[in-house]
Formats: sequence, structure tokens, C-alpha cells
Amino acid sequence: MKIIYTAFIALSLMASTAMADDYVIDNKGMHASIQFKISHLGYSWLWGRFNDFDGHFSYDKDSPESTKIEVTIKTNSIDSNHAERDKHLRGEDFLNVAKFPQAKFVSTSFVQNEDGSGIMKGEFTLNGVTNPIAIDIKFIGEGKDPWGGYRIGFEGTSRIALADFNILKNIGPASKELDLIFSIEGVRK
Amino acid sequence: MIYLKNSKTHYGLVTILLHWIMAIIVIGMFFLGDYMVDLDYYDQWYHTAPWWHKSIGGIVFMLLLIRLFWRFINSTPEPLQAHKKWESSTAKAVHILFYILLFFICVSGYFISTAKGVGIEFFAWFDIPPITTLSETNADIVGGIHDISTQVLLLLVALHALAAFKHHFINKDKTLVRIINPEKSIGK
Repeated sequence: MKIIYTAFIALSLMASTAMADDYVIDNKGMHASIQFKISHLGYSWLWGRFNDFDGHFSYDKDSPESTKIEVTIKTNSIDSNHAERDKHLRGEDFLNVAKFPQAKFVSTSFVQNEDGSGIMKGEFTLNGVTNPIAIDIKFIGEGKDPWGGYRIGFEGTSRIALADFNILKNIGPASKELDLIFSIEGVRK
Repeated sequence: MIYLKNSKTHYGLVTILLHWIMAIIVIGMFFLGDYMVDLDYYDQWYHTAPWWHKSIGGIVFMLLLIRLFWRFINSTPEPLQAHKKWESSTAKAVHILFYILLFFICVSGYFISTAKGVGIEFFAWFDIPPITTLSETNADIVGGIHDISTQVLLLLVALHALAAFKHHFINKDKTLVRIINPEKSIGK
């Protein structure tokens, strides 16, 4: 009896995941970006981005709580449009890319509101340290594209503290946290 | 008599000046570079120290080219008779290594700062233009070359100076005096 019960649960789980659509982040056409902004001295925003990343997600409108996403970022692709700063950011004071070439976000839960926005929680690994973070999600749009595919796009923002990820270089009291901005378009597989 | 050019037995004034000016600048640049990479973001020198380092780096490269050119069109004094064979061949190898290392240090420094295709400000005068852009990996490799070759250079500078003092104080020969005094009679 227990075996049948387990099999039933397993089958129903498989069925429910089969309902969700799988998407791959469109990094070929680059309709996606992973950016960050951090305060410079408290006077302005310094923007940068990671140029090399990939990821995929599954999303089912009828059971948004089953949404899953996984994104990996090659940390040496950090780009703040300044050669010497980028070299410094890749070095031991910041991202330590030789030792930790990859950053990663793996979702653990998603709660969606009526208007499509929501909170995505997950484990974020950066500089070799993994911490739970929460990402505010805004849905931007979805539908057929002109080339026979189906796309869905959203934007996520999250504020993280550098010290939580063992980035301890002192760049000032206004710059202890930064905002991550994920602008994601997925193409249905 | 003081001569500008070298002869078989003595160093001329141009070689002597190039030697000492570069010695002072290069040793100064090593410590400036070592100091500036550890500066705190809020340090007053955070932007000015690298600015001086890069501008002076341009001068070092020009001096290196002038020096190589001068060496090429000029005679090089022969080793002193008092020197042992292995001493003069080691000395010569170190001299050639100086040129090679300085070349790599200047070029790698240039590529660190121009990796994104933006030129280097040469004092407040003009921009040294970029010739290419580098991938992140290559920019970091170039940084490693700059770091390691400067450290090897400083070790060789120490060896070079110790050898000169050894010849001056222990062997009491003209090795050190030759590179200080441009009088032609000195080498005899």
C-alpha cells in the first residue's frame, strides 16, 4: 500500500512539473542582462554588469509557486566600463574570480501576487559564499514572437550586502550594499 | 676629457646619464607601484598615484628606446681585465635581462590600462592611444606579467648593485667608477 502511495505522489509530482513550461534565458540574442548599481560616495550610482551568464527557468501560470529558476554568472565578465576598476573587481579585494569563477542563483520559493509581481527567494552564491536572498519580481510581458517562438520577460531586483559575501574591502559607508538588477527574457523550449 | 660617446674602455656621458636617470626612476616606480595598489579608496593619493605611475611609465619606455638606440649606434666598453670570465658573462646576461624585463614591464603596464580600448593620459598633455582591447583573462595575465617581472627586475637590481659594490670595495677595481666618471682616462 505504501509503495502505491509513494508511486502516486511521485507520478502526481511529475505530472505537475510536466505542466510547467521550460524557458531558456535568451543570452544568444542577448535579450537579458544582469546589472548592478552601487552608490559612489553617496553622490551617484555606479552601474556595471556581468556580460557572460546563462540560465533557465520553468513557469506555470496556474501554479506560480512551482516556478524554478537557476542562473549562473561567469564572474570574470564583470564590466563597469573601466579597465583598471574591472581588473580590481576581478581581484582578491572583490570577486576573487580566479578562485570563484562562478556566481549562481538557485530559487527555493516563489510567491506571486495578483498583478503578476512577486517575491523570488533563493540561494545566491558569490565570492564562494552562499546566502539566501529575496528578489522582487516584476512581470513585464509574454507572448508569441515573430519567429515562431514564445517568450516571457520579467525584471528582478535585490539588494545585497557586500560583507555577507565576504567582500570586505572598504569603499565607504554609502557603498556597503548594492542592487542587483536581473532583466530576463526567456524563450520557451 | 669628457666624451659623450662610449669607447672600448670608458662610458660616455650619455650612457652614464641614461643609466642613473633610469635607475632612479625605475626603482622609484617600483615602490610607487607597490604603494599605490594597496591605497585605501579614501586616500588622497588613490587617483593621483596611478596617474603619476602611468605618465612616468611613458617616460621610462621612451628612455628605454633611446638607450637601446644609443647602445646600438655606440660601442660598448669591454669588460675590465680584472673581471673573471663568469663575472663578465653574468654581468652581460643581467644587462640584457634588464632591457627585456623593462620592455615587458612597460608594455604590460600599457595593456593593463588600455584593456578596454581607452587611452592613457600622459601627464596633462595628451592621451597615449590604445592599440587593442583585451579579454578579461588576458588583461589579468598581463597584470601578472607586470607584477612578476617588476619583482624579478628589483631582485636583479639588487644583485647588480651588490656586484658593483663588491668590485669597488673588495676587488678595488674600476667597475663602479667607470659608470660614474665619464673621464676617458678612468678606464686605463
